[in-house]
Amino acid sequence: MSTSDDIITTSNGLGYTSSSAVHPEQLVKPPAAPSAREDTIEIKIDFGGGLHLLFSSQPSHKIRIPRNIPAEDGSTQAQPVNMRYLVKWMKSNLLSEREEMFGDGDGVRPGILVLINDADWELEGELEYELRDRDEVVFISTLHGG
Amino acid sequence: MPPTPCSLCRTARALVKRPKTGQQVCKDCFFEVFETEVHNTIVEGKGIFERGERVAIGASGGKDSTVLAHVLSVLNKRYDYGLDLFLLSIDEGITGYRDDSLETVKQNQVEYGLPLKILSYNELYGWTMDKIVEQVGRRNNCTFCGVFRRQALDRGAAQLGVDHIVTGHNADDIAETVLMNIMRGDIARLGRCTAVTTRSEDTIKRSKPFKYAYEKEIVMYAYFKKLTYFSTECIYSPDAYRGHARVFLKDLEAIRPSAIVDIIHSGESFQLEQSVQKGMKAMQTCLRCGYISSNDLCKACALLEGLEAGLDRSALRQKQDNSSAAPTGHRTIPMFERYSNVGVSQPTEGIEKAVQAIEIR
Repeated sequence: MSTSDDIITTSNGLGYTSSSAVHPEQLVKPPAAPSAREDTIEIKIDFGGGLHLLFSSQPSHKIRIPRNIPAEDGSTQAQPVNMRYLVKWMKSNLLSEREEMFGDGDGVRPGILVLINDADWELEGELEYELRDRDEVVFISTLHGG
Repeated sequence: MPPTPCSLCRTARALVKRPKTGQQVCKDCFFEVFETEVHNTIVEGKGIFERGERVAIGASGGKDSTVLAHVLSVLNKRYDYGLDLFLLSIDEGITGYRDDSLETVKQNQVEYGLPLKILSYNELYGWTMDKIVEQVGRRNNCTFCGVFRRQALDRGAAQLGVDHIVTGHNADDIAETVLMNIMRGDIARLGRCTAVTTRSEDTIKRSKPFKYAYEKEIVMYAYFKKLTYFSTECIYSPDAYRGHARVFLKDLEAIRPSAIVDIIHSGESFQLEQSVQKGMKAMQTCLRCGYISSNDLCKACALLEGLEAGLDRSALRQKQDNSSAAPTGHRTIPMFERYSNVGVSQPTEGIEKAVQAIEIR
């Protein structure tokens, strides 16, 4: 395996340096959390490849979202939130500009890689993946120059 | 979903789905197959490198060239290529764009222990892109930048005493270029753009070791290895034409991931008929600066003359008079003196041979 020739770096592998990012992580207050804390889960979101520029130039966010998808017609059928919900939530609550650079229909634009807990989301069910408390989701754009 | 085991080692958890093959692989196996495939591109046929060769990595600080610098350093040790590696960066002089990425390259220099050379447009041409845009506007500035960068890389390589430049162009880039050359009907470039190595008389050999590496895997590699790179978009250029090809390609990839290698294969399969090749211009050297050119003046000298004369966009028409001397008072490009490593270069007849050399077996 390749571990023996590893070159040590102190970077995040996400393609930005501290000089270009807004710090600390929480400059932008997350939107008001739903009242009952036990009904929400915490998700960590990181952006790479320049995507943070669409999200108030903030590369890392910690957010709280409902544990279950809020029912629209008052029905009580509890369905855990999934990536589809998170992407929609991000578009209305987190995205600061140029929505078309991030979203495409229900999902994200082709050319944006998504990792859920460091695994390629294509192995995790993509939009259908059901989120759990403290999941970590990374979005990396491949659309910017190399 | 339960974790999927790696389809190669069958023990560790799969973390990457490979776009080229659909294989689901763990992190270590991913590194292994990615690096091995680049090695295979490098050694295929006669191989792109020769032992003892001095090789400059065209380094922008972006993901592709950073991963290339990393992987080449690793492979050079692992397979004992015997290469002397250098980092070569071009500073176009775009405030707020190159600054951060050049800092990144300087950090790479330390991390990989590779000597770094930075050559600026200002040093070479007496113009920064900022000043060029001020004069010609935003519409056509990419033409200047493209012509100037290509020549700057060759000149930087010559100054380093290097005879071979490798760039981080990946499979996605090459597939985009194939599409663009088809759309433009640019037969000469269509033939050349899929070659791993291009070399012709008086130009420095250029290779693309990432020809078959998918952008997705390059980004995953940089992420898992925590490499230092910098993502940025040129502030002047939306390069709209390539942008459309890129979006189209990404849409195709989403439907069928093999589309990218398939398009490269299509590009490779185009062969020029002799009669078409005969119609192409033979290469000569620029009468003013000595750089390879298909006209009396190379494109860079023609563009520079336009800039110096304040001709603005008319410079793009590349109207060329036959005088090899620059008008009095104009800045010119220093004479191109190529580092010559006898034995490496082969006498060829310009484009014709370059095209023939890449014909697919």
